Amino acid sequence: MRFLTQIAAMAIVLFARLITAVRGIWQGAEPVPRQRIYFANHASHGDFILIWTVLPPRLRRSTRPVAGADYWLKTSLRRFIGCDVFKAVLIDRNRESRERDPIEVMVEALDGGASLIVFPEGTRNGTDAPLLPFKSGLYHLAKARPTVELVPVWIDNLNRVMPKGEFVPVPLICTVTFGAPVRVDSSEDKEAFLERARNALLALSPKSSEVRA
Amino acid sequence: MNQTHVHLLTLLAGIAGMLMAASAAGFVLQRRLSPDGSNAVIENLNARIKAWWAMVILIALAFLGGRAGVILLFALCSFAALREFVTLTNARRADHWALAAAFFVILPVQYYLVWVDWYGLYSIFIPVYAFLLLPIVSALRGDTDRYLIRIAEVQWALMICVFCVSHVPALLSLQIPGYEGRNVLLIAFLVVVVQLSDVLQYVWGKLLGRRKIAPLLSPSKTVEGFFGGVASATIIGAGLWWMTPFAPLQAGSLALIVALMGFFGGLVMSAIKRDRGVKDWGHLIAGHGGFIDRLDSVIFSAPIFFHIVRYWWSLT
Repeated sequence: MRFLTQIAAMAIVLFARLITAVRGIWQGAEPVPRQRIYFANHASHGDFILIWTVLPPRLRRSTRPVAGADYWLKTSLRRFIGCDVFKAVLIDRNRESRERDPIEVMVEALDGGASLIVFPEGTRNGTDAPLLPFKSGLYHLAKARPTVELVPVWIDNLNRVMPKGEFVPVPLICTVTFGAPVRVDSSEDKEAFLERARNALLALSPKSSEVRA
Repeated sequence: MNQTHVHLLTLLAGIAGMLMAASAAGFVLQRRLSPDGSNAVIENLNARIKAWWAMVILIALAFLGGRAGVILLFALCSFAALREFVTLTNARRADHWALAAAFFVILPVQYYLVWVDWYGLYSIFIPVYAFLLLPIVSALRGDTDRYLIRIAEVQWALMICVFCVSHVPALLSLQIPGYEGRNVLLIAFLVVVVQLSDVLQYVWGKLLGRRKIAPLLSPSKTVEGFFGGVASATIIGAGLWWMTPFAPLQAGSLALIVALMGFFGGLVMSAIKRDRGVKDWGHLIAGHGGFIDRLDSVIFSAPIFFHIVRYWWSLT
């Protein structure tokens, strides 16, 4: 089984590189083995695959994406890719029926030594806005484990490779930009922190630098 | 070992000798001028030389693979180039199917037609059939915002990255009396002359370059580099007549034409990069940028070279 998951992981990484020629740009954070929460914009199901692809292989093994259980448990193929290959931390997005608090599940994974990939927008962004407002999970997570670095990660162009609802990817070059870590200030309330984290992520987008220039 | 192999090996030995000299020069320059890696020009020069080694080895392997190897190599180059080109276009959601067709239908079909030697179709497939069919696919989605710009960009991307590039392996299908089975040397001649012209323009420019030749398009190109590079590529092309069906003077004239086309191809592709606000097309070839950065001169010279040779030398 371990052999099979490694083959699958290699095939997925190869496919991602073939379609997107993806390149990681480390500006403000270095690819070093330190426990981190990577928080990224979310436009496609392939988002965490691209982050995973540009991480050095020894960091990949300890980095787990946080994903919705409803999507990744639906078919046995998804379950294999989500649970076995990427070792996703699955959370129940349904507030009414869920048995465990998602923050609790994520903190447990952090305490197990893993780094996490989270998408604080909560869902895929199908709008024309570059980034949706953040859900509050990132704040609670940062408060619960303040020593873990929060690294913003901007994924560029993947929404054009595979727009929501399409199933054939169009090959286009993508980049994944890692920014300087953000921390929660002791004086800062939830709204202020989420706004600051969101701006730190938005600042990594090539479009925002075009606007500035 | 037949004559084609001997000629290919002679050429490869010559190129390997040049690259060794370049690597040695790069090493000395780095020791003298950039021991701590701080001189960007020297570092970029050495990255370029390293990438040249990789590219020459790859092309040599493709030539060993014969017709299939050459066609596969250029099909992959087309794929990588098209990926770079489309990344910079205005393509939108409504163009998704047109783009998927460009990558997964038109590109493979074009190279299949080159493989089966169907000149009558591969020379019009993209200019006629893709030109008419892809706008239909985009129109059916009903998004008219910047429609003309979007369909024109997709057509340009296909012409540049697939149609023009496929004329390099198409040289294999020309039937030149007395030159049977040696067409791969025509590809070697074209690629070597065009790329040497680029390299020599760079070298002459770095050594003697004073006056910029096209400051608004490409600030690194100089008048001295242009004349020095094109003239030396023409002389080298004439000197390579032994591997072609041409007489020395003819080989020199063809070398001059492809070197000029290559130069202007570089200018056109620079203009597009300026328009889009990027410095390089991509990042996959260290020191050079993207595939289109390396292929731009071949793209503009290949179809012209193909048709000149076909008209005056080929039976078909």
